[in-house]
Amino acid sequence: MNLLEIKNLTKTYTGYKALDNVSLSVEKGSIYGLLGPNGAGKTTLIRIINQISVPDSGVVFFENEPLNTNHIYQIGYLPEERGLYKKQSVWEQIIYFGQLKGLSTKEAKLRAAKWLKKLELADWRNKKTEDLSKGMQQKVQFIITVIHNPKLLILDEPFTGFDPINADIIKNEIRELNINGTTILYSTHRMESVEEICDNICLINKSKKILDGNVKEIKKLNSKNQFEVIFDGKTPEWINMISTEKTEENYTKLLFSVSEMNRAEIIRKIANEVDIWQLKEIVPSIHQIFIEKVKEVNNA
Amino acid sequence: MHKIWLISKREYLSRVKKKSFIIMTLLAPVLIGVFYAIIIGLAVNQKTGEKNKTIAVIDSSGIFENKLENQYRLQFVYFKNEDFNSEKINGWLIIPKDFTVDNPKQIIFKSKESATVDLKNKILNAINTSGKNIKLIEKGLSKEFLDSLKMNVTLHTLEIGDDGKFVDSQAEINLGLGAVFAFFIYLFIFLYGVQVMRGVMEEKTNRIVEIIISSVKPFQLMMGKILGIALVGLTQFFIWVILSLILMAVVSTSFASQFAEISQNIPQNNTGISSKLAPLIDMFFSASLVYFIMFFVFYFIFGYLLYSSMFAAIGSAVDSESDTQQFMLPVTLPLVISFASAFSILSTDPHGSMATFMSIFPFTSPIIMMVRIPFNPPIWQIAASMFSLIAAFIILTWLAGRIYRIGILMTGKKPTYKELLKWMLMK
Repeated sequence: MNLLEIKNLTKTYTGYKALDNVSLSVEKGSIYGLLGPNGAGKTTLIRIINQISVPDSGVVFFENEPLNTNHIYQIGYLPEERGLYKKQSVWEQIIYFGQLKGLSTKEAKLRAAKWLKKLELADWRNKKTEDLSKGMQQKVQFIITVIHNPKLLILDEPFTGFDPINADIIKNEIRELNINGTTILYSTHRMESVEEICDNICLINKSKKILDGNVKEIKKLNSKNQFEVIFDGKTPEWINMISTEKTEENYTKLLFSVSEMNRAEIIRKIANEVDIWQLKEIVPSIHQIFIEKVKEVNNA
Repeated sequence: MHKIWLISKREYLSRVKKKSFIIMTLLAPVLIGVFYAIIIGLAVNQKTGEKNKTIAVIDSSGIFENKLENQYRLQFVYFKNEDFNSEKINGWLIIPKDFTVDNPKQIIFKSKESATVDLKNKILNAINTSGKNIKLIEKGLSKEFLDSLKMNVTLHTLEIGDDGKFVDSQAEINLGLGAVFAFFIYLFIFLYGVQVMRGVMEEKTNRIVEIIISSVKPFQLMMGKILGIALVGLTQFFIWVILSLILMAVVSTSFASQFAEISQNIPQNNTGISSKLAPLIDMFFSASLVYFIMFFVFYFIFGYLLYSSMFAAIGSAVDSESDTQQFMLPVTLPLVISFASAFSILSTDPHGSMATFMSIFPFTSPIIMMVRIPFNPPIWQIAASMFSLIAAFIILTWLAGRIYRIGILMTGKKPTYKELLKWMLMK
């Protein structure tokens, strides 16, 4: 079942198109990556889902209902540009945002206490936000985003400005939320970071969707069926060699291609003829796929 | 509405809890009280602190001997010879030999310090009075009868009210009060309007705004902020009124004995401060103040709402304080003009066509109508003024909201007026 269905969204700002007929669907419980360079239209799309902007045309369905104001309480949003009230205490701030997201004061207090304890901020609750370290402020920011236990968590470049330790803490919290059923929409221009996290992705460039789907399937679809093998012995003559070189240990390093139909057969055949030291498929990175797809679109 | 309430509450509490607010709120009435005490103290001192003066009368004609009546803090003694050495004598009044009541000659007054107008008047008053008395006694009137002529009169002024009844005239006090309240409105619109603008800019530059408007509508955020800050202003105003009343009462009672002394000593000169202060103090506890405060609260709230929605729009459109100047000028111009012209309207023609127009035109009415209220403008004008102010507030807030919702997410270049207009029309 899809938590989010986006159909034919178009949004024009004076002079330029920010989104051009973009459709995608986010499966419930998945981690969905929204990828594209800066200025591709990711933030515009996210703002439409958050009902900050209104699309010129197209519709968004949340749990099969057209998007309405009640859905605000089901969404947690960590924008790329984010901040806190510097002069307000951590505690008051978390309660306030919890209330804005529809929690009762009592419930907000309960959850704020729980989260502060979990992220080891309990001793800081009465401090002004500006007195906290950067890392602590980011934790507070994260608590504010998830305090109302949203069904959909939208993270726009969540790890920019995080130090590695805090980034890991937050990553673990995000994983835990996902395991407990929260769907995550993860927007970034750093494509290498999504491969390990996301189940599904959507690539956007210049306000248009380039491709979307399951990460593994996309990789498979864009596979060039090339393998790199390092072995000891004589190079089989029948192999469809692309390049070859000697390694430091005097092994042979060989790049070869196979056809989609008989790749398993060929690999078995090589294993019979030579002593394989290492064998791996040359899998294109999402980044490479993206660049190629953009080229294809531009050439077409 | 719940969201607006939550936002107002945060705006209100975060400001009221600030040290600067508490200090300002408590200190201002104390300063006013001190100022008030100094003014009264000076006035009282001028009267009571005046030294007793002794004037030596050298009357060669002999007609005024022991007849000049002592004035307030002025005593006459009689000498035969000119003795200018005495320390206790402040002046010498030399009456020529051939002076008669029917043929008065020039009298000479000599003193070490130059004689003040007040002193001259007192001396002339004494001479005139006893001259008159001498003539009246010559005509056969008794001294007892003349003494019985002295009256102690005060003037009580009344004014015909709208309902044909006579009411106490407090023209001067009302006028002053109207001006004070108009000044407060001017001050508060500026003070708190700028706070709205700063608050909006803070949220914009802090990048907190995007998080908030993913939970509430931009209009709710703007209104919540405006209303929260309005409550801060009202809180401050009422604390000021209450503290000022208490302080003024304290100051007035501590000077009460001096007032009593003054009014006993100078019954014939009863235009002094005591007669002006007594009704002023009375009226602070009377219905008249409540009447003014009702108007004040109306014009303060709606004048503030009108202007602060524009201030909010400005705050949303720019990135830094220095960029606000260009937009501030046209917005604040009507306010400044109305404040500048308020006092000429007060003193010249409070019912003229200019005054009438400005008291109905919504951008100037909060100040000009407040100034005109003491002169009892026609009911239809008050109604028109209030109605147009409310209407302008609704329209302006709506327009400001449209600029605001776009502006808060726009960073970078300062927008032009043309762009602001585009934002208003945007879907």
